[in-house]
Amino acid sequence: MLKYILRRVLYTIPIAIGVSLVVFTLVHLAPGDPLSAVMGEVDQKMLVEMRKSFGYDKPLPIQYVVWLGNTLTGDMGYSLRSGAPVFPMLMSAAKNTMAIGVAAALLGFVFGIAAGMIAGYNHGTWLDKAVSSTAIAGVSMPHYWLAIILVIVFSVQLGWLPSVGAGSADSFWSWEAWRHMLLPALALAAIPGAVVARTARAAVMEILSMEFVEALRARGLSERRILLHVARNALPTVLAVMGLQFAHLLAGSILVETVFTWPGTGYLLNLAIFDRDMPVLQATLMLLALFFVFTNLVVDILQAWADPRINRA
Amino acid sequence: MKSADPATLTVAYDTATGGRAELGVPVGPAVQRTYWQSVGRRVRRDSYTVICAAVLLLITAAAVFAPWLGLDDPTFSNVAKRLLPVGSPDHVLGTDELGRDMLSRLIYGGRLSLMMGVLPVAAALLIGGALGLIAGFAGGRTNMAIMRVTDVFYAFPSILLAVAIAGSLGAGLTNALLAITIVFIPPITRVTESVTTQVRTMDFVEAARASGASTYAIIRVHILGNVLGPILVYATVLVSVSILIAAGLSFIGLGASPPAAEWGLMLNTLRESIFLAPLNSVLPGFMIFVTSMCFNLISDGLRSAMDVRF
Repeated sequence: MLKYILRRVLYTIPIAIGVSLVVFTLVHLAPGDPLSAVMGEVDQKMLVEMRKSFGYDKPLPIQYVVWLGNTLTGDMGYSLRSGAPVFPMLMSAAKNTMAIGVAAALLGFVFGIAAGMIAGYNHGTWLDKAVSSTAIAGVSMPHYWLAIILVIVFSVQLGWLPSVGAGSADSFWSWEAWRHMLLPALALAAIPGAVVARTARAAVMEILSMEFVEALRARGLSERRILLHVARNALPTVLAVMGLQFAHLLAGSILVETVFTWPGTGYLLNLAIFDRDMPVLQATLMLLALFFVFTNLVVDILQAWADPRINRA
Repeated sequence: MKSADPATLTVAYDTATGGRAELGVPVGPAVQRTYWQSVGRRVRRDSYTVICAAVLLLITAAAVFAPWLGLDDPTFSNVAKRLLPVGSPDHVLGTDELGRDMLSRLIYGGRLSLMMGVLPVAAALLIGGALGLIAGFAGGRTNMAIMRVTDVFYAFPSILLAVAIAGSLGAGLTNALLAITIVFIPPITRVTESVTTQVRTMDFVEAARASGASTYAIIRVHILGNVLGPILVYATVLVSVSILIAAGLSFIGLGASPPAAEWGLMLNTLRESIFLAPLNSVLPGFMIFVTSMCFNLISDGLRSAMDVRF
């Protein structure tokens, strides 16, 4: 197990470096000078001066190394637009995205697993059909559209919940904060919930057809105990999908955050793209991509822990 | 693809001769169908797949023949007729925030939205398929080089990569298409590579080589014949994802630009109208949803018809 973890961690390092290279290259691919795009019409001499102070006059490979070094030490530079340091800006955004992300994941995973297991266990019944069609609708749903529908129903028509922003509460543990989180979290929960339901259903169906289930029945175990065995065997597959869905959810929240003007990483990314704010863009992309890489690592290790057969491969 | 018609369902049989009888597998007394014929039969019997195919055909045909359907000009705005409700006499589905006919815009919108769904997948299929074939067939260092680069791009969540590329290159239709294509190359490369590597070591490929088949013939008959099924199933899922991502990019202003009719863009510009005309403002999203779901259901149907697993 330890050997597997070590190998998996070592394998992640070149991937992470590759990801950082892609992010850097992409951001620098943008046509035009980052400063002149932000500054507009300014004195040429001043522009040269500024380029020097930001380090944009150096060759790209050197800029990359400097940027990587700085980023790793938590120095992400300053926003070209507002002049504020990027790091605290990014951390506060990440906190907000994480809040709705975790809420959405909890909602989606709990309902998804329950529905998927029930459907798989009652394969072929109307219950299964209802769950399966809801799940396929959830997978095909543009979640930004669902977000708009939720706003129309719960904010515009019923007037129960706010449709914009994160509210003014100091802590997440207040009704004020929860009210603002509910709709974005619901919109984000649809896709992961549906995917997890589909996975759980397929896994349960496959395991129920295995011989050991027959053996358990022959031994006279109650259906409830059998379901426990099935759940244990479905765990590795469902776990892996859950991990990936969580990371996808955080990255995909850019669309939902745009609908709700939720001050998270997605909204920050959106602003940075249209402001051509290179340091913010770079840092946000890097954080989200590395989080995805990291989640993949954790998922693989968890999966190996839940399914010892993986170790031997 | 005539010669690649295997009369079998799994990779384990020789796809070149298609000889199930030769392998001792009993064949029905009257008819012997080729693989694709039996897949076709099963697909036609699946009512979901047939309905979805019909719906998609309808949306596509309407989009293609839109100029001849006698619709209003999708970009003609009439401020006096802003946000007419659904069911208005001259505008069956109402009008948008600039008084443009919704029905016309939804039908015309299918042109861009469908193109943005299909084109990137087709392009990625060609590029990723070629890369996967090369990697799987060459093995060794070539495989390492291609697959490690693929791994890096695969390490991005798809929406994030699309937003990052489109955002870096600048807003616009071409850049959005390019971005989505790049997003889909790694997964297609991976699937092709894994099937190719699997098939390459099968006994029948060895046998074909021993009997003097050229590399080209092996790739064309054995590898492509076996890759095609899984890739087709996968590609239909990707089209549904592509439609969601493409509309998403337009939704945040990175894809199609006004006044073009495109479902994601329409959803975005109609967002201000949710108070006055909630039904109008959700219609474009409904089109995205239905199209994407149809591709998903067709993929499910193909998957069970071909018994594909990956």
